[in-house]
Amino acid sequence: MSAQQEVKQSAAYLAQFRVWRGDPDGGGLEDFKVEVNEGEVVLDIIHRLQATQAPDLAVRWNCKAGKCGSCSAEINGRPRLMCMTRMSVFGRDETITITPMRAFPVVRDLVTDVSFNYTKAREVPSFVPPAGVAPGEYRMRQEDVNRSQEFRKCIECFLCQNTCHVVRDHEENKGAFAGPRFLMRIAELDMHPLDAAPASGLDRKATAQDEHGLGYCNITKCCTEVCPENIKITDNALIPLKERAADRKYDPLVWLGNKIRRRE
Amino acid sequence: MATGIEPSPQAGATGVQDASRAAIPARHLRTDRWWLAPAVTAAGLLAFIVYSTWRAFANADYYHAPYVSPFYSPCLAQNCETMHGGPNWELFGSWWGLSPALLILIFPLGFRLTCYYYRKAYYRGFWASPPACAVAEPHKKYTGETRFPLILQNIHRYFFYFAILVAGVLTYDTALAFRDEHYNWGHMGLGTVVFLVNIALIWAYTLSCHSCRHVVGGRLRHFSKHPVRYRLWGWVGKLNERHMLLAWSSLISVALADFYVFLLATGAFDDPRFF
Repeated sequence: MSAQQEVKQSAAYLAQFRVWRGDPDGGGLEDFKVEVNEGEVVLDIIHRLQATQAPDLAVRWNCKAGKCGSCSAEINGRPRLMCMTRMSVFGRDETITITPMRAFPVVRDLVTDVSFNYTKAREVPSFVPPAGVAPGEYRMRQEDVNRSQEFRKCIECFLCQNTCHVVRDHEENKGAFAGPRFLMRIAELDMHPLDAAPASGLDRKATAQDEHGLGYCNITKCCTEVCPENIKITDNALIPLKERAADRKYDPLVWLGNKIRRRE
Repeated sequence: MATGIEPSPQAGATGVQDASRAAIPARHLRTDRWWLAPAVTAAGLLAFIVYSTWRAFANADYYHAPYVSPFYSPCLAQNCETMHGGPNWELFGSWWGLSPALLILIFPLGFRLTCYYYRKAYYRGFWASPPACAVAEPHKKYTGETRFPLILQNIHRYFFYFAILVAGVLTYDTALAFRDEHYNWGHMGLGTVVFLVNIALIWAYTLSCHSCRHVVGGRLRHFSKHPVRYRLWGWVGKLNERHMLLAWSSLISVALADFYVFLLATGAFDDPRFF
């Protein structure tokens, strides 16, 4: 046995896991002891659990690199990507609890039905192409698109949607509230230098408040805390969007200014 | 297939324990000290509320030449102490019999109460909405800032405009602190330093405001057409990243500046003079 193999072997240990198993009819946390090796992430352990002890464990995953947004779950009660959570952040004697996201209907084990998000995505009117500019002729200055590009980093893991208490703790708000991910999408489009929505009669500032539930957001920043892409959702998207909505709906001075001289 | 937005049989009452979701009885499964941050925040805010309420209603010990407490500046009633060359502005005349601090504190109070950082702080710390991320809140119903009274949070920008005026007056007070107790210019004491630090933090907090960031340039769609406003927006954005830090440090500094004047006015000690 080589020295490297010996080190690897000595670094391995058995960790105590509690994994939620069940379906819409019920379920509970089940205990497992699983081998952990140096450098592994939580998703590696779930795969080992699947391979050695629970072959029917349902888990959604894809890239293992924090870019596909598939393996969202709650680890010790905190919404996280399993592939981006290193085992080294936990103590060796710590019990690690893994559950599915708790804001969405459960399908089985760690898999949830996230179609709420696709419904909300469809409710946001898409980019309106400017008149007289053909595809391929779009020209934008970098400083005009910097803000929107931050929001384009979103991998749609829906951890922000899952942790937002507006829908997590109040099922009845799901109809009225788009959630941070899609309010961010509205902000992105409203800041887009070529979006022709205003010319087409669509006022994204007003509809963010009236149709997508911006007023439900009380800016407690949980969406920002859990974002694996470190997008400053609250400071750079939601609060600017709230200020834009205030321009339209609650600020007579801005209204007057816009009447006197159209500003963009 | 479910769209995910149909009301479930127990909609509204159960949150994370809704019948459609994973059956987990616990309100949360967090193992870290998630309660520490909201507890410290609530304790800090509560301490300031108690102190500022006492000082605002005291109507005494707020002036010791050349320093005036920031809680009482500008002094808008006739019952204010006469401050030589100071911020006396008797807008309210003699009919006002309560503490003059109550007239002016409404503006900084409104600015901080509607501030985007403080909203997070007290929604979490006092109202537990939510107490921490992924910790279920105790309320059965939630409408956020969609209706009265919380829809009034949208007037934050007007308090920001007033906050600029108040900061201007406090800057004037700081300039007055370069006098001695006989109102001769060109002097400086420890109180001057306290006032300088306080006004620097007040301005930094005021200018780091999210409404300020919006007003100076955030509302634009084409930064390239407004290079000056774009640059201003960038500067305010850098300050804005530290909005929480500035909110706390300016809150503490304004209380300390007031307390310093209180100690001088009550004769607890004399202001150490540098020159």
